[in-house]
Amino acid sequence: MADGAATDARGNGITGVIPILFAGALFVYFMSLVPTVASLEAIRWSVPWIPSLGIEFAFLVDGLSLTFCLLIAGIGTLVLLYSNTYLAGHPQYARFALFLTAFMVSMLGLVLADDLILLFVFWELTTLTSYMLIGFSHEAEKSRRNALQALFVTGAGGLAFLAGLILLAAASGTTSISGIIAQGDGLKAHAMYLPILILLLAGTFTKSAQVPFHFWLPNAMAAPTPVSAFLHSATMVKAGVYVMARMHPAMSGTDVWLWTLTILGAITAVFASLLSLRQTDLKQALAYTTLMALGTLTLFLGQESGYAMTAFATFLIVHSLYKAALFLIVGCIDKSTGTRETDQLGGLGRLMPITAIAAALAATSMAGFPPFLGFIGKELKYAGAIAVASEPIFVAGAVLLSNALMLAVAGVVAFRPFWRGQVGTGQSPKEAPWQMLAGPVILAILGALFGIYPDLLQVALVNPTVLSLTGEVEEAKELQLWAGVNIPLFLSIATFVLGLAIYAAHVKIRAMLDRGFNAIPNLDLKWDGFLDGLKALAAWQTRLVQTGKLSSYLFATFFTIAAGIILTLAYTGMPPLAADFSDVEWKHTSIAALICAGALLTLFTSSRIAAIAALGVVGIGIALIFIVFSAPDVAITQLLVETLIVVLVAVVMLRLPSLPKATFNLKHAVLSVAVGASITLMLIEVVATPLDLRLTEYFEVTSWPEAYGRNIVNVILVDFRALDTFGEIAVVVIAALSAYALLRTTRKGDQQ
Amino acid sequence: MNSVILRAGTSYLAGLLLVFSVYMMLRGHNEPGGGFIGGLTGATGFVLYAIGCSVGEARKALRVLPQTIAIWGLFIALAAGLFAAVFGDALFTGQWLFIGETEDDKGLPLSSVLVFDIGVYLVVFGSVLTLVFAMEEEI
Amino acid sequence: MEVLFAITIGVLVAASVYLMLSNHLLRFIFGLVLISNAANLTIFVAGRLTDGAPPLIPVGADAPEIAANALPQALVLTAIVIGFGLFAFAIVLVFRAWTSLNSLTPDEMRLAEPEEAHK
Repeated sequence: MADGAATDARGNGITGVIPILFAGALFVYFMSLVPTVASLEAIRWSVPWIPSLGIEFAFLVDGLSLTFCLLIAGIGTLVLLYSNTYLAGHPQYARFALFLTAFMVSMLGLVLADDLILLFVFWELTTLTSYMLIGFSHEAEKSRRNALQALFVTGAGGLAFLAGLILLAAASGTTSISGIIAQGDGLKAHAMYLPILILLLAGTFTKSAQVPFHFWLPNAMAAPTPVSAFLHSATMVKAGVYVMARMHPAMSGTDVWLWTLTILGAITAVFASLLSLRQTDLKQALAYTTLMALGTLTLFLGQESGYAMTAFATFLIVHSLYKAALFLIVGCIDKSTGTRETDQLGGLGRLMPITAIAAALAATSMAGFPPFLGFIGKELKYAGAIAVASEPIFVAGAVLLSNALMLAVAGVVAFRPFWRGQVGTGQSPKEAPWQMLAGPVILAILGALFGIYPDLLQVALVNPTVLSLTGEVEEAKELQLWAGVNIPLFLSIATFVLGLAIYAAHVKIRAMLDRGFNAIPNLDLKWDGFLDGLKALAAWQTRLVQTGKLSSYLFATFFTIAAGIILTLAYTGMPPLAADFSDVEWKHTSIAALICAGALLTLFTSSRIAAIAALGVVGIGIALIFIVFSAPDVAITQLLVETLIVVLVAVVMLRLPSLPKATFNLKHAVLSVAVGASITLMLIEVVATPLDLRLTEYFEVTSWPEAYGRNIVNVILVDFRALDTFGEIAVVVIAALSAYALLRTTRKGDQQ
Repeated sequence: MNSVILRAGTSYLAGLLLVFSVYMMLRGHNEPGGGFIGGLTGATGFVLYAIGCSVGEARKALRVLPQTIAIWGLFIALAAGLFAAVFGDALFTGQWLFIGETEDDKGLPLSSVLVFDIGVYLVVFGSVLTLVFAMEEEI
Repeated sequence: MEVLFAITIGVLVAASVYLMLSNHLLRFIFGLVLISNAANLTIFVAGRLTDGAPPLIPVGADAPEIAANALPQALVLTAIVIGFGLFAFAIVLVFRAWTSLNSLTPDEMRLAEPEEAHK
């Protein structure tokens, strides 16, 4: 719909195929690392990047990062395959594939990075590339606005995140993540622990769309559906979760960590599930369930127990599998029927059987029915919730409620459109091509497969991930379909009952929710108000600061100079002025008087000729200073330049109008005197401090023996500091050529 | 300006200043002088000539566009600096050759430093003339 | 002796600041010339003043017995030439402004930022 182009099984030629192969190759590569990681080893690879700061280009493959890598590369491959058909013939497909591949690579870099700075670079790269992807349909106003919103929210969080990373590096003395984790509990006792935590969580909460930053994620659905599948299942939003998980060994276990993550995670999970049930757009409903999943993951990261960690690792995988599958299925439905509204969809099961079966598999996993992986995940969630030492009822209650709602949403999204009602009028839906079915089918089957053979997942990914999170593989709990009659089983049964009841009544509940949510403030609308306010503020301060008047800019500049010098002198305590005039001779006073007279004449005259002459007097006075004080080279240069200045001024002046009468401006006069006085005071201070002559002495003793020159000034210019001189003559050439060009355009302009 | 005396005078003066400027530049390493001063002196000579006669005649006498001279100067200075790299020294390290060196006398010194100073001379000379000629013509 | 020239520099700076603040481009240019002179002189004076001993090595000696500080001289020498380049560019700019906008009052030059935008 929003995506426009017609479905075309032929794809986009080579532009479409290369990214798929690339992503597939990455997936195969990461698969080849599974045996190593399954044997509980980690692979680290690094080259120095900024050695002076100890920053490395370091990558670490352990359980946690490999799990993410497999999800990213695997789902990335399927999504690229899907997109190639979904967006077949789209004029900007090459751009799309580039963005998506770039995003995938940034995401891989993010989860593999073992250096805080490197982590941040990839973090921001994912923000930027996801901005491009969300705003891909850039002709649509809404699309641009939502992309910008995602960029601002996650970008603002990114700044806080950077500050947190820098503090973290400073507190632990290293930027290496594995190094920080190896330091154990030291960080938690550090004085900067709380600021670090707050800043890092600000970054991860915005990225992972936790309440109250949740509003950008559903808006990001402006992206083409495959992008939503990718960004909101395996990647982008899980970046925040990933970082929390990565920092878990070093930072968890404190009260702040526990309660911030638990409470906000729980609120997000329940709140998002309710919002999700309220949606009639399939994609929006799924978007909110993603929030719910993120909330749940955050909730578990707040804990310490092995159950919670196992639940985290399992649910991470479960959610990525079913969420990507369902998003892709919604894309198929959208493509074939032209709508995503639940009310208008129905009876698709017979016309799109493969899609329907894939949807059913994914949705039962999402709903948490046995024998799917979702069931195991849910059981573990309950076990993890009960294991929460302090408030098991609160956590278990939140999990129960969100799971029941999830079940209802699964029904709404994946059951109702296929098995209930009639095909909408004017629709002739048919099965999508195999490229678009491959993704959902494979992902849905994996969900079932891992449910039946949980050992595969246990050994390959869950145990190593728990090892990354806790440092002890013994903490990992066993993934099993049948764990005996226990509290999680009862909770599961309660979930099914409650969930089915909600599903049965979901239309009524929706209406009720609508009334409820209309009563609470809509942060999304507030966002627009906030942006408008920001723009107004910017316009106001621009009018205030950017007056467009040269004199006010100059006034501010000179005022700052004078204030800076005077305040510094006042602060450091000005020593008594030791004005020693004993060695002043009459020639010095007369030169000084000459210069001052020239300057004052330039100031007061309204005659152009007098002004030029006065400038010449000043210039010659300064040349005299150079002559008296042993600087023959400088004096000659000064005299020659003075001559040329007079020539140029005389040439130009002939064509310019005469000077207006000078008017007296008290404010300017006071500032001028202040600047002049501050420079004088500063210079007196400078000459009162001892002079470091080492460099001069070096030039004096080496000038002849090493550089064969008796004129030390010239030797400095053309030998010791020749590179500087080269830069300076380059500036002279540029100034001359620019002035020349300015003059030539005049003539050209006149001719036209 | 159309004064015969000025025209005749400035053409000699310009030549004299040009010779003097080269002298100033060459002696610069041991006495006051050097590329900057030499370039300014030479340019002053031509500016005088342009004022005394005309810019057109000054350009004719110069034969080459002044901006070309400036850019060649920059190039020569750069080449003199890069020359050190041929001998494995750091960039802009002076390279010296003494012709006819004896026990007491270093003989006639040739150096990349002198080449660099010639580059500076040409840059200053060319840039000033670029400016002045253009202003005299356009304004 | 340095104090005397520090005061001279103060006068130069004060005059140039007042000229640059005045709402007229020619006066601004005069201020620019004065302030670059003042800056050169500041560097020179900060390197201390030595009477009658140019930084030249006498023939036969390896280093001067007593000589003025050569380093600020080298700095000032190039600064003068660059200052000239800047001045030439600025005066051409002023001339160009005059020919195209027919004004030498910078506050009247509102081609890029029209007054209407500032309401």
